[in-house]
Parts: sequence; structure tokens; C-alpha cells
Amino acid sequence: MANNIKMQTNSEDKPIISLKSVSKWYEDFQALKNIDLEIKLKEKIVICGPSGSGKSTLIRCLNRLEAHQEGQITVTGIELHERMKDIDTVRQDIGMVFQSFNLFPHLTVLENCMAGPNWVRGIDQNEAKERAMALLKQVKIPEQADKYPEQLSGGQQQRVAIARSLCMQPKVMLFDEPTSALDPEMVSEVLDTMVELAESGMTMICVTHEMGFAKQVADRIIFMDEGEIVEQNTPEEFFNNPKNNRTKAFLDQVLS
Amino acid sequence: MFVDTVVEDKALHKPAFLFGLSIAVLAIFFTFNFTNTIFGEFLSPVIGNPEKSGFFGRLAVSFVLTILFVANLLLISFARLKIQILIVWIELFLLFLAFAYSFDLEIAYIFSGQPSKIGLMISKGLFTTIYISAVSILIATAIAIVGAIAKLSNNGFAYAIASFYTSLFRGLPLLLQIYLIYMGLPQLGFMIDAIPSGIAALSLCYGAYMTEIFRAGIQSIPKGQWEASRALGFPFGLILRKIILPQSIPLIIPPTGNQFIAMLKDSSLVSVLGIWEIMFLAKKLGAKDFNHLEMLLTAAMIYWLLTIILEMIQARIERKYQQKT
Repeated sequence: MANNIKMQTNSEDKPIISLKSVSKWYEDFQALKNIDLEIKLKEKIVICGPSGSGKSTLIRCLNRLEAHQEGQITVTGIELHERMKDIDTVRQDIGMVFQSFNLFPHLTVLENCMAGPNWVRGIDQNEAKERAMALLKQVKIPEQADKYPEQLSGGQQQRVAIARSLCMQPKVMLFDEPTSALDPEMVSEVLDTMVELAESGMTMICVTHEMGFAKQVADRIIFMDEGEIVEQNTPEEFFNNPKNNRTKAFLDQVLS
Repeated sequence: MFVDTVVEDKALHKPAFLFGLSIAVLAIFFTFNFTNTIFGEFLSPVIGNPEKSGFFGRLAVSFVLTILFVANLLLISFARLKIQILIVWIELFLLFLAFAYSFDLEIAYIFSGQPSKIGLMISKGLFTTIYISAVSILIATAIAIVGAIAKLSNNGFAYAIASFYTSLFRGLPLLLQIYLIYMGLPQLGFMIDAIPSGIAALSLCYGAYMTEIFRAGIQSIPKGQWEASRALGFPFGLILRKIILPQSIPLIIPPTGNQFIAMLKDSSLVSVLGIWEIMFLAKKLGAKDFNHLEMLLTAAMIYWLLTIILEMIQARIERKYQQKT
């Protein structure tokens, strides 16, 4: 464990997300083992690790798409637990982008982006539309607004998914392997969008294998294996000076 | 369905197949012996009196029929697909008419009376049948949505009630349900008229079948749709109404259309309650003069025509929903 290393962060010290000895099981299999983690506002975190290491499970616990069984998860000051009444309000402040986009196929791109603000936040239609168009411009596909998701390429769909999440004006964005389902030539357009988002100061937690992206934007890289945080460090230290043997083995594989 | 890009020769255009087919058809016509029918009379200049024509006559009739039949197939096989379908439809329909004609019916009977019998069946019977079916399908749809949600929920009571309901109403014959509701409810002190109890029976029975259709429709929407909506902070009801059901509807419509067509015909069972729908009128009007078949065939034709119209409407709705998604 390398928790005691001093992190350099560029904002207030109060964590927006904190996990205290969180554990999770699927039946008998322990997917998360005693995870301790604090994430500060505006911090950019990249989580990597071999498949089955629990990184997706971890990120899905942060908006309680998955339930943890032990420990405490606190997000935007609210603890996530089984009996909470207001999970929907917490989720409205946490954007999530999925590997498989999960756009709503029966709605146009614009309607996808308006759905959250209009139906959930109760913002009136014109304002929701304005906001949606602004964000579609930000992800550089305003001209596709009236198309249906299936008419778009994978990269375009994922950028719509990012815009859809941003329309809710979230405090945190979670990315669950956002480029893994894309054709190689479309990876960069999505990563570019994510880099711009990072530069705008969004708090981001990204599960990804894109090490170039990690080097470029991450404040901290977390390496997970077998449900544990094995090592976490700044990108420079992480890539140039990995401490743990499992980290070294993983880096050898992804960087070669 | 996927139509393969490789075209095979038509079997009908291979001499060997054609010859084999002719032999088989000849054998069939010979076995069923059409000598004493209209075909025999038609050939009497050649074979003489059909009744006394014996083996030769029988063979001659079969041979002519075989030639006609095979030539007909061969001619149709050269036509375009749509023409083929049309011709075969017409020929089968003519055969059906010939079948009905063989009953020796008194067609004029259908149009007799004041008001005419067929007029009564359409003005009174058809209206009642459509009314009962339409109301029932609406109630059944409402039951199905609630039932499907209950069957998918984690609530033990909801699941148990819904599964007991579908099990019971899919497990009993509809006719029995109609009797049970009509005669059972008054025992509890609810006096219920024939039409409401008929509608109740049809709604409950088809609601049970449609519960399963709706459940399957909802379940076939990928889990990612739920997750994405949940992650945006949508509450359950909103997800169902705005995200899941709109995507399920194109999957639900074809089987629901089938259910509606089936219900339209099953509504004939409520005739046992004395409701003046098509079937009841057919039996009642025909019984007076023992002209049962005339009226039953009229009813048959009305039901058939009605289902053809419904199938066309169903196809149109399906096309509309396919375009949208």
C-alpha cells in the first residue's frame, strides 16, 4: 500500500468522495477488499489494472449501481447505503459514461441530452434544449442533434453519452472503460473530449487502459489487482518508478 | 427472413420431378374417385355414363384432373411472386366455396326476413362482438402492464398475486371462466349482467396471456438502459414510462395483435350467456328453420373478414413502429 505518499492537489482539501475499508462480495467471491480512498474536488483519477481486478466494480459502487457490503462510501457529503431515501438526488450529481454508451435508442441525440434536465431536474424544455445544444457543441457534434443514436458512429455515440451526462451539471464524472468498445480510429476523438473536460476542471474518475491519457491528465493513478488497491501515485512516479511487482508486470504488458 | 443470394432451379421445371409429381397426384385422384362428381358428368361424352364407366372412366377422370392440376402449377410457377400469391389465394378460396357449395345451401335464406338475417347479424351481432372485444382488450392491456411489473418486482405479495393470477386464468378453459364469473359472482352478492361478465372473463383471461407478453417485452430491453437511466437519477416510474415501455412497444405489438385477433374469435364463447353477438345470432337465426349451416357459414365469413381487416391494421402499425426505431 502506498497511501501515505503525499499527493499534490490543486484545490480544497475536503474530499468529494471518500471510501473507508469498503468490501464487496459477489456470492463467495470478494470483488473489493478493504478499499480506502479519498478523492478531492477537481482531482482527476485514473484507475487501471488487469480485467477482473475490481476497477469497474469500484467505480459502479460510487453511484451505487452496485451495492457494497462493508465499509463506508461517502459521495458529495452523503453516505451511500442500503436504506437511503435520496439515492436519485445523489446520482443526479454524478455523471456516468459506460463502455457500451447506453444511449436511449428511441430518442434523438438532442432528446437524449434533454431527458435528464427536463424530466428529472424539472428544467423547462427551452432551457434544457439550449443547454443540450451547448454541450453538443462542446463535444463537437451539434449537427447530429436530430439523428437517432444508431445513425452515429461509436465515437460519436460516446461523445453524446458524455454530453448527456454533462447536461445534468454533475459534480463528478465517472468513466467506465469509455473507449474499450470503440474501433481504434475513434478512440482519440473520445479521449480528446475527455481531456478538454479535464482541463475545464471537472472531477473525474476514469477506469481505462489508455495510458497516454493517464499520463496527460491524471493527478493520480490507482493500480488495482484482485480487489485491492495495490499502488497509487502521480503519473511520473507510477510509470517511471513503480514500487510493486504486480504493477511492474502490468506496466510491462500494457506499455510493450 | 434472410433470402439467400444463390438461386436454385425450380423443382417444378425439372422433368423428373414433374413426372414423379404427376404420378403421385394421379394416384391421389384415382384413390379418391371423382367419377361420380361434376367432373365425371363433364367427361361423359368420352366415358359415357359415369356410374357405369368402371375402371377406365375412373382412370380417365383422374388423368384429366391430374393434367389440369399439374398444368396449373406449371403455369403459376412462371408468374411473378405477387401474381403467384394472388392466384393461389383465389384458387384456394374457390375450392373453399366449392366445399361450401357442396352443402347444398339455401343462400337466399341468409337475406330473407324483415329485417334481413344478415342485416341483423351485422347491425347487432358484429357491433356487439367488436364492442366486447375492444373493451376487453383495453382492460386486458391495463391488467397486463400491472401484471408484468408485478411479476418483475421483488415484492413477494405482488409476485405471488400476479403469478397466481396468470396461472389460474391460463390454466382454465375460457368457457369455464365465463360460466364461473357469470354464475359465481351472484353467489357473492354481485348481480352482474351478461355483457359485463363476458367482458370480465375475456379481459381476465387475455390479461393473463398478455401479462407474459408484456413481461417478456420489458425484460428484453438491455440492462444498460436501466443502468444509464438510474445513473442519471431517474426514478423507477419515469424509467418505465419514458425509457423502457416505449422501447418494448414495438416488441409487444405483434403478439398483442395476435391476442386481439384471437380474442375477437373467442368472444363467440360469450354467446352461451345469451349475448346477442355474431355467434349467438347465427345459432338463433338458423335454428328457427333448421338452416343451421347457412347462418354458421355467414358468421364464419364475418369473423374471417374481420380478422383479415385486423391483420392489415396490425401490419400497418408494425411498419410504423419499425420505421421509428
